[in-house]
Amino acid sequence: MRERLAPGRLSPGDVLRVGAAGLRARPARVILSALGIAIGIATMIAVIGISSSSREQLLRQLDKLGTNLLTVTPGRTMFGDDAKLPTTALAMVQRIRPVRTAAATGSVETSVRRTNHIPETNTGGISVQAASSGLLATLEGAVVKGTWLNDATARQPAVVLGAAAAERLGLARTGVQVWMGGRWFTVIGILGPMPLAPEIERSALIGFPAAEELLGFDGYPTTIYERSSDESVESVREVLPRTVNPSNPEEVSVSRPSDALAAKAAAAGAFTNLLLGLGAVALLVGGVGVANTMVISVLERRKEIGLRRSLGATRGQVRLQFLSESLLLSGLGGVVGAVLGALATAGYAVSRDWPPVVPPWAIGGAVAATLVIGTVAGIYPAMRAARLSPTVALATT
Amino acid sequence: MTRPMTGLVELAAVTKTYPGDVHALRGVDLTVARGELLAIVGPSGSGKSTMLHMIGTLDRPTTGAVRVAGHDIAALSDRELSALRSRYMGFVFQQFHLAPGVSALDNVADGLLYTGTNRRVRRRRAAAALDRVGLGHRLRHKPSQLSGGEQQRVAVARAVVGDPPLLLADEPTGNLDSMAGADVLAVLAGLHESGTTIAVITHDAEIAGWCHRQVRLRDGLIVDGHDHDDRGPVELLKGGRS
Ligand SMILES: Nc1ncnc2c1ncn2[C@@H]1O[C@H](COP(=O)(O)OP(=O)(O)OP(=O)(O)O)[C@@H](O)[C@H]1O
Ligand SMILES: [Mg+2]
Repeated sequence: MRERLAPGRLSPGDVLRVGAAGLRARPARVILSALGIAIGIATMIAVIGISSSSREQLLRQLDKLGTNLLTVTPGRTMFGDDAKLPTTALAMVQRIRPVRTAAATGSVETSVRRTNHIPETNTGGISVQAASSGLLATLEGAVVKGTWLNDATARQPAVVLGAAAAERLGLARTGVQVWMGGRWFTVIGILGPMPLAPEIERSALIGFPAAEELLGFDGYPTTIYERSSDESVESVREVLPRTVNPSNPEEVSVSRPSDALAAKAAAAGAFTNLLLGLGAVALLVGGVGVANTMVISVLERRKEIGLRRSLGATRGQVRLQFLSESLLLSGLGGVVGAVLGALATAGYAVSRDWPPVVPPWAIGGAVAATLVIGTVAGIYPAMRAARLSPTVALATT
Repeated sequence: MTRPMTGLVELAAVTKTYPGDVHALRGVDLTVARGELLAIVGPSGSGKSTMLHMIGTLDRPTTGAVRVAGHDIAALSDRELSALRSRYMGFVFQQFHLAPGVSALDNVADGLLYTGTNRRVRRRRAAAALDRVGLGHRLRHKPSQLSGGEQQRVAVARAVVGDPPLLLADEPTGNLDSMAGADVLAVLAGLHESGTTIAVITHDAEIAGWCHRQVRLRDGLIVDGHDHDDRGPVELLKGGRS
């Protein structure tokens, strides 16, 4: 017969409204204490975002360049001397069935200069190389000025410059002469960038016959480039040493230039731990700031707590009020921080011409972090508020 | 448990001892009947506020029993006490305790926040309650835009917005000048007319005189609990002002 005394429930909207009311009354303090969280979250999102963007950029580049290019270079003999690739190496490689294209280059012992007045020792880091005609196709490179070597120009004093070589020589057009090995060569072409073969970017390339006839080149190739289908890269890699040098396969070394890019991409994905640590410290400081704000808020609002208790608020509802206030406070910092971090990522990525990437898990992590911080920072102040006796709270002067 | 209910609130041999051996109440018996208008008077420190807190279940007695609407509060949990307060009690304090920067309407609507009423209904009833205290034209005003008397009337509206049977007021005019105080008292008188039971602590003999019954406390004991005057408060107020 006795009536049941059950407290009324607060709707989720009421919980939020009551929590937000506490914040609205003190905007300056709210901004300052949310700032700590915002800085921490922004730092972490930006660190993760920027490294993800750089990784994405490398992966896209890798995708475009392909991973099916292998290079063959001479290793060392068993006596520790520099080995040589046989002159037949290119022909042998071209005979491997899955190989689609292959080309050879050979180092020529000379230098390239604008004029004969510059001393010979001053190479500018540019090497002179004999190149077989398939080199451009095998490297999927492009000629930005002039033409690539053909059967005729391969016999003449004609040279094609890699992008970096042309830049170092200060050359932007064809038809000019450069001084190589005691005679003039005509620049007939300038190549575009070759991310998988930076050594070619730094080279002055001439035909094998011209190198042998005009510069006394010995004819031994120093690098073989080959491309096969993606599936057969591993099998080709296995047969290459024996094919190139059947008598001394151990003197041949094979590598995949795209591996360096892939390693770079993997390294870009591993975040800069120091920066992440800084972000974590900022978050921690932000959390302490929120806790501090909440403790002060509870102290200042004892009368309000007493009043709410007199209106029928249960201890749980008072606790919920301060917990939701704390969660809103850190959540506000988290949202602002996530937006700032994403903007920083986008700004940096665009400035470097990368695709901006902010992984969803980073945003999810930021949300989770702010919820945890808000809860941890709010628990103690909320418990104190809830434990306050209504009469003591009301008697506060 | 089988004791018949005789009053809205009953205190039986209630004592309250605060830490430090402060005996604020030393054995108080009091019955507040439905429809009563009760004045609690006595010198400062005599235990008036403490007794009001006992009546209002804001605190529990050290010894003795408090019954509200038939519930022995010793048997109730904190949650149940909170529910009891939200259903039976309205409080008005000397300080107005209004949320600054929040409109009169929303301040009053908060009086229903813990009753499980939805927001739209809360605000509608708040408007009606403000109308009842003569502030129907001040719904959107912030506390800082209201006079002291108006603020206290907003606080009264908040206390009665849920139509509690019992209104407890601790020196409601203590912070007001006599004119503003009279306005607040007029509101209380009107509420009493419409059936609300009211207990009011006051230092003002005139206000005390306007109540049907005075309870006088001294050193934590009731020394005088007589009924007096048969005039209603409304007539008294009118008489006092003219
Ligand atoms: N929370 C408390 N802790 C300790 N002592 C208290 C507490 N609240 C009240 N007291 C003491 O109990 C006694 C009665 O206090 P109470 O507030 O009930 O007096 P009052 O009659 O309302 O006085 P006033 O007219 O000044 O408001 C006083 O001596 C007071 O100091
Ligand atoms: Mg008092």
